[in-house]
Amino acid sequence: MSKPQTWQDVPPGTVAWGASALSVETGLWRSMRPVFDYDRCISCLKCWVQCPDMSVKTDDSGRVCDINLFFCKGCGVCASICPVGAISMCPEADFTDESAEHGENPGDVGAHVK
Amino acid sequence: MLNNKSKIMTSGNLAFAEAMRQINPDVVAAYPITPSTEIPVKFAEFVADGKVDSEYIAVESEHSAITACVGASVAGGRVMTASSANGVALMHEIFPIASAFRAPIVFGLVNRSLGAPVNIHCDHSDSMPERDSGWIQIYCEDAQEVYDSVLLAVRLAEHKDVLTPVFVCQDGFITSHCYEPVEFLSDEAVRNFVGERTPQLPLLDVDNPVSYGSFTMSEYYFEIKRNQMEGMNNVLRVYGEISKELAVQTGREYQPIDSYRAEDADYLIIIMSSAAGVVKDVVDEMRENGIKAGCLRIRFFRPFPRDELVKIAAGKRGIAVLDRSASIGGTAPLASEVKSALYDLTDHVPVQEYIFGLGGRDFYPADAEKVFRTMIHSDYSSNVRYIGLLDKDDKNGQN
Repeated sequence: MSKPQTWQDVPPGTVAWGASALSVETGLWRSMRPVFDYDRCISCLKCWVQCPDMSVKTDDSGRVCDINLFFCKGCGVCASICPVGAISMCPEADFTDESAEHGENPGDVGAHVK
Repeated sequence: MLNNKSKIMTSGNLAFAEAMRQINPDVVAAYPITPSTEIPVKFAEFVADGKVDSEYIAVESEHSAITACVGASVAGGRVMTASSANGVALMHEIFPIASAFRAPIVFGLVNRSLGAPVNIHCDHSDSMPERDSGWIQIYCEDAQEVYDSVLLAVRLAEHKDVLTPVFVCQDGFITSHCYEPVEFLSDEAVRNFVGERTPQLPLLDVDNPVSYGSFTMSEYYFEIKRNQMEGMNNVLRVYGEISKELAVQTGREYQPIDSYRAEDADYLIIIMSSAAGVVKDVVDEMRENGIKAGCLRIRFFRPFPRDELVKIAAGKRGIAVLDRSASIGGTAPLASEVKSALYDLTDHVPVQEYIFGLGGRDFYPADAEKVFRTMIHSDYSSNVRYIGLLDKDDKNGQN
């Protein structure tokens, strides 16, 4: 999925397909990324409850296992409420060599692409 | 009875309302304001009397009225409303949203001066600030043209290559309240002409869900705006087709620029809306006296019919542009468009800017004649001149 190259390719009327935020990569806004220390994490789920973007993932047994970077905007609520200091906020600049799995280039993914 | 026309004495407002009854829109949301009050009032009567099937939404402000219209329009409905002056100004925030959503709303804009000072009479200071809002602007000279333009506006706005809302403008009180004979088509003929709206990407199509107006960052905003501009670029072509189609039934075809004895004229007055009637009379008188005068009435202000204007204006000895609104600190809207259009002409045509008629100030035949005489005397100023305004420094009332 890639950005339409020309103005003729975008749908008319500001229309975004799907009528859902699920396909919009709000994670593109993030400048700080939460990084979990799973050795410290007690899976109390406070971050899971408080995350405004439902970006904290849990595994089949209900334990915190990952962060959904497609949606996480890096607000830092999780890090500030973690009772055991298992989450640290790191600058995105530290991850520039990461493969752009989620379309890290601005505009790679969005609801204006069908 | 397709040819069952009727001709009755009526006003610009009531002609607009009668067109609405015949069109029978899905939704009308309005907040009445002078001088367009009669449009929603008369239409509310049609709703109460069961003459239309429309959903009439009485709202608490003009901002709410146009907002409800946008929602109903993107839902897929055929939507109409009306307003004037400060009501239009209160709607300002929503106008560019309506046009960007490609919501084909048809809007009766009855021109009235924008306060302060509060004044109910005509000038174009309410519609001109909306010229960059992405709406089509049609300015009518009389009530008949208002009626015909409403029918044309529905088809134009909803055309798949256009999908752009339309202001059908008429001069407050002068056109909106004065009675004159207007010929109406039969209900059936109007129904056949406007047909049913076939919405593209309607919000209520739950099988093909879409969102309108999502937050859009720098990676798409520019593309979406450019895409929107193309709708406006298609207007004059589509309008040409639609106006020919209606003319078959009415015998009346309106060009984007109403050219009155202008082709072979030496001197032109360029003006908009009802005041053109005065100029046309004066043109006839001057022609009888051997002066080749002409009048151009700009009917489409958005999109501005640049090519048509240049074609007629080329080679003239002089042009006077009469604006019924000001751009304080800059060039008035119509003069600005005209001068910009004439820039590419190899042979310079002198242009004199005038401002007239603010707050309903009368515009007399003697004023139009004086404008022509001033051009004949090659008297041009790079400053704007004012008509009907006394100035301490000028005994003639024109600086």
